[in-house]
Amino acid sequence: MNILRANFLFHYAGPQAFYGLAGRLWPWCAALAAVFGLWGLWLGFMVAPADAQQGEGYRIIFVHVPASWMSMVIYMAMAFWSVLGLTFNTRLSGMMTRALAPTGAMFAFLSLWTGALWGKPMWGAWWVWDARLTSELILFFLYLGYIALTSAIDDQRRGDRAGALIAIVGAINVPIIYFSVKWWNTLHQGASVSLTKSPSMAQVMLWGMLLMALCFWLYTIALVLYRVRTTILHRESHTAWVRAIAQEAA
Amino acid sequence: MIWQAFWAVVRRDLLLAWRRKSEGLSAVFFFVVVAALFPLGIGPELNVLRNIAPGVLWVGALLSSMLALQRLFEADYRDGTLEQMALSPVAMPLLIGAKMLAHWLVSGLPLVLLAPVLGLQFDLSGDALVTLTLALLVGTPILSLVGGVGAALTLGVRGGGVLLSLLVLPLFVPVLVFGAGAVEAQVSGLGVQAHLSILMAMLLPAVFFGPLASAFALRIALE
Amino acid sequence: MIWVSWSQFWEMGGYGLYVWGSMGVTAACMAFESWQARLARSQLLAQLLAENEGNL
Repeated sequence: MNILRANFLFHYAGPQAFYGLAGRLWPWCAALAAVFGLWGLWLGFMVAPADAQQGEGYRIIFVHVPASWMSMVIYMAMAFWSVLGLTFNTRLSGMMTRALAPTGAMFAFLSLWTGALWGKPMWGAWWVWDARLTSELILFFLYLGYIALTSAIDDQRRGDRAGALIAIVGAINVPIIYFSVKWWNTLHQGASVSLTKSPSMAQVMLWGMLLMALCFWLYTIALVLYRVRTTILHRESHTAWVRAIAQEAA
Repeated sequence: MIWQAFWAVVRRDLLLAWRRKSEGLSAVFFFVVVAALFPLGIGPELNVLRNIAPGVLWVGALLSSMLALQRLFEADYRDGTLEQMALSPVAMPLLIGAKMLAHWLVSGLPLVLLAPVLGLQFDLSGDALVTLTLALLVGTPILSLVGGVGAALTLGVRGGGVLLSLLVLPLFVPVLVFGAGAVEAQVSGLGVQAHLSILMAMLLPAVFFGPLASAFALRIALE
Repeated sequence: MIWVSWSQFWEMGGYGLYVWGSMGVTAACMAFESWQARLARSQLLAQLLAENEGNL
């Protein structure tokens, strides 16, 4: 039984097999993402009432919180694929990590952007150096670092492995950074209200947020699977099956 | 045999650094310049300078370390010594650790010794200067040990210097937070023990894992 | 429905700029990413085809 299961897993570790699998999966993920997104937005903007303290402005959380979650989840996924890649030396792991990075960076940026737009009307400043925002900023730098490193190295395999190492080191570093920044923040915090305190939420708001989070997650899966297919074609361009696909696409 | 190899590498790197004094001193000069530029940019008011001193001096030390890190493996990579180290029967992390020790002695220790002098320019009290020196003494080795990973990964890569800085910045943040925090805690009358303990707690794993991770990264760069 | 009118919806109780600034940029980023992924694929396929023709 073990051998069968291992074969199943390692079958899809091959680029060609994964290409087919990803091709079948991503449209479903995209469709589900659209469904959850519309549902979440409807709940968030058409059903959920205004907040007692923050009025209508709180509705930003329906994208801010999911974006923050995704930026962290994606980084964990990158670390996971990196460990897999360095352990089993599979080509696909490096490709998956590279495919995840831009979306992760985008969500980190969106988390910062929407966080600023939420902070300005609520707490009077575009940016505050609270623990979560500052950690998010450093997470954004981690993404940029990975993307910069893998883009700068010409040899793809060396780039994969170097990127994998930096992703893992970064993942280990994130809790350390979060702890340090939290400490740093509590030392210096004056009487300002912490952005981490969110109002206790009505059920509808929570549901809206969860649905949007699901939407972002499925969007990410769909996009990353789509993107990795392109990477596979590029890396395996010398093989017959890729040439056949290129001919067909014409 | 192992420790002979270790000290041989340390001696070799120190000798090479001595022969190219200007390289080692440039990072130190950078630290001095940064520490002088801030008051020039902000104004001579001592109250303000006293407040910003821990942060400024620590950031100066950090930036200087980032500059110096580029030189950690560069020369040995180019002339093939690094490959010899990879092939040697002595464990590569040990040899890398030796290189990092030599690197810290050349680029980090001078910062530790200079900091109290520069701290006087910011009108820091005697106690604060002692704390600053101690914090840098514990913190700068961490920078050399942990920064080595970034230096190894960017060997021979285009845009290496800036890329190196981007990669090691998140690694340096905790050291900066607790290092500068120690001095601020001293100044505001809270105990510095917590900060220094945490810095030590970061140093010890760094001594073990830094060379290991850097050796792994170097093998990636060498293949 | 919690909104009395469309204008009330767009205004978001005075927070319109912030809320729609967030939603808008989010949507724009996701749309851009998707478009860019499609573009990369079609460009690669065109390039592969050109290489194939060259090889044949």
